Amino acid sequence: MIVKRKELSFWERLYLPAIIGGFKVTLRHFFRKKVTMQYPEEKWVVPEGYRGAPYLVKDPEGNTKCVSCQLCEFVCPPKAIKITPPGPDGQAADRPAAEKMPKEFEINMLRCIFCGYCQEVCPEEAIFLMKDYSLNGESRKEMIFNKEKLLALGGVHEDKIWKWKNK
Amino acid sequence: MSNPTTTESKPAPPPVEKIKIKVDGREIEVPKMMPDWQGKLQPTTMLQACALAGVEIPHYCYHPKLPVAGNCRMCLVEFGTPMMGPDRKPVLNEDGTPKIAKSVLPYEPGTPRGAIGCATPITPGMELYPSSPATKQMREAIMESLLINHPLDCPICDQAGECKLQEYSVDYGKSASRFVEEKVHKPKQVDLGPRIMLDDERCILCTRCIRFTKDIVGDDKLGIVNRGSYNTIAAYPGTQFDNNYTLNTVDICPVGALTSKDFRFKMRVWFLKETKSLCTSCGTGCNTIIGSRENKMYRYEPRENDAVNSTWMCDYGRLNYKWINRPDRLSKVAGSRFKGEIPSEVWLEAVKAILAVLNKAPQDSVAIVASARQTNEELYLIKKMADKLGAITDSVPRTGESDRLLLHEDRNPNSTGARLIGISPQQMGSNLPKIADGIRTGQIRTLLVIGEDVTRHGIGAELLQKLDNLIVSDILPSKTTELAHILLPGCAHGEKRGSFVNVKGRVQRFMKAMEGPGEARPEWEFLKELVEGVTGRTGPATIEGLFNQMAKDVPAFNELTWAALGDQGVTVPL
Ligand code: SF4
Ligand code: SF4
Ligand code: FES
Repeated sequence: MIVKRKELSFWERLYLPAIIGGFKVTLRHFFRKKVTMQYPEEKWVVPEGYRGAPYLVKDPEGNTKCVSCQLCEFVCPPKAIKITPPGPDGQAADRPAAEKMPKEFEINMLRCIFCGYCQEVCPEEAIFLMKDYSLNGESRKEMIFNKEKLLALGGVHEDKIWKWKNK
Repeated sequence: MSNPTTTESKPAPPPVEKIKIKVDGREIEVPKMMPDWQGKLQPTTMLQACALAGVEIPHYCYHPKLPVAGNCRMCLVEFGTPMMGPDRKPVLNEDGTPKIAKSVLPYEPGTPRGAIGCATPITPGMELYPSSPATKQMREAIMESLLINHPLDCPICDQAGECKLQEYSVDYGKSASRFVEEKVHKPKQVDLGPRIMLDDERCILCTRCIRFTKDIVGDDKLGIVNRGSYNTIAAYPGTQFDNNYTLNTVDICPVGALTSKDFRFKMRVWFLKETKSLCTSCGTGCNTIIGSRENKMYRYEPRENDAVNSTWMCDYGRLNYKWINRPDRLSKVAGSRFKGEIPSEVWLEAVKAILAVLNKAPQDSVAIVASARQTNEELYLIKKMADKLGAITDSVPRTGESDRLLLHEDRNPNSTGARLIGISPQQMGSNLPKIADGIRTGQIRTLLVIGEDVTRHGIGAELLQKLDNLIVSDILPSKTTELAHILLPGCAHGEKRGSFVNVKGRVQRFMKAMEGPGEARPEWEFLKELVEGVTGRTGPATIEGLFNQMAKDVPAFNELTWAALGDQGVTVPL
């Protein structure tokens, strides 16, 4: 397609009016309140409902809540999650009624797109997207968080249902 | 075109008597009698008729290969029959069509009364309404009642993903429970037998497991104890549920009550890739499905084939797969010939080295021991090579105890193939002493061993050390592979395609589920290269082509084709 270049009018060809207009904008902003944040010295307040890094949580009694149902692994669009189920002779679950918990649980934070599907699909309220947005490491390997790390970062989640206790 | 090799051509069946019924208003003709679980003709049931009409009736306790119990009530269907006048003549509508009397509750004529589809025979003129609102309501009510005491522990249940309760809940379930009372609690994690775990809370008391073990296996070990909502499945007091077929109950249990201890918590089923395969643990050749994920095999399941294994398989065969994932699998081309230098094009070098040996070998100086666990295609290639070299060949017989159901005393999956192709003499193993003698006298200088540890079958290490060339291909390390001058890593059946012939002459094919470890290659691939090097003629480069060529060359295969084998195989006359 050929776009015809519009002929400039005399006023436009004068050049100065446009310059003055530009400086007006600059001056207006110069005297306004500053909005630039001095990151990383200054940090922002992460709003509620923000979707940061997904971590695993424990219940208030210190039990791993994940039961290794692998639904998050299934739903995760970029396949960031890899769970190793316990198998028949794995370590006993923290809560005997829950029968199982993962042997290993890895999230590749480089793959994660922070969509929150894992949190949404989890039937055990065991994985949550938290407020961490700044994830760095010195190697790709370091960015694969294992179960221990995910649990440590996730902390404790208030449990209102105590599903496996009242079984 | 009908295939001439099929031996199952029965005498022309007598004309089937058909009756007309209506399913969801559509008129169809169905046979009056249909085979029951034993294959005997019985009056066609509403469930079978609907299936013929292409309408699936949800069901739990009905299983086509088990006697009908009719206890879960999930298959309830609203129906009507032609109305009869007092003169025993059908009452007609104004337009001349027969008037249909819908079945209703006798004490409440406004309420439809369903009948269980799995056990109610159809009658001429009957109308079935499997999609009517009343039928739907019946199913919803049954679902609600089945779920009253259900523990809802899908996240930790191995059945999740292939559970009928889950499936029908999606169709007929409620998202919230109306049940406010305390649920009845029943035993969980019950150790029912050495291979079976029972969760009584998940059981819906369909009795499939009981019927299977009583009527199919003949081991009347399971039953229901206690009353009412405390009903539980149990083994006879003081005994274990332990026969060679227990794991089939895990397959047929529609819910997660019976689970396999072997598969327990290993992998969620929706991740498993399903590949059609065969069991290699005996000559029966049960049809199986391999469940694998990311190159790791997790389980076998039986696959229906009425000419071989119905829908069952034995526990012995089912659990005999772990060697495939063993960490010590052979994965490198090796052997004393390659001491020190590891050529970059290992396979090329290895094949070249073997061809150098074979092409120089005088007639009668080569012997080949090829396992009856190899595929027809591989054995055929070996046979071609042996013919050219004038080599003596044999396989190793392998026997065990049989049972009256599926397990055969011949523990090789392809003894018949080895005999038909001519690798093994009629009396399998009778050439082995001759080979041993040949090595002892120094006449046999080169031995090829494909998939066997010959040191355990009469050709000891001291004999093998006398050889000029010991060329071995195998999957797992053994005494023989240790002594090999050239060692080629091969593939398990799950890692290649091919065909076997079972003890009854059924030629069946299996598909590839996984890749072999490391440098391992399917044996037929390198055997093909060897055959081409020895005979100087190129052959087909695919399994299909190889099979078809073999079927032309070996008369027993009657010009079968790979495509004609289908998923169920074809029987050839023995
Ligand atoms: S947030 Fe999304 S991408 Fe990240 S782990 Fe969860 S499901 Fe996967
Ligand atoms: S254990 Fe399974 S197969 Fe046996 S009665 Fe219960 S639900 Fe049916
Ligand atoms: S399937 Fe008919 S009653 Fe269970």
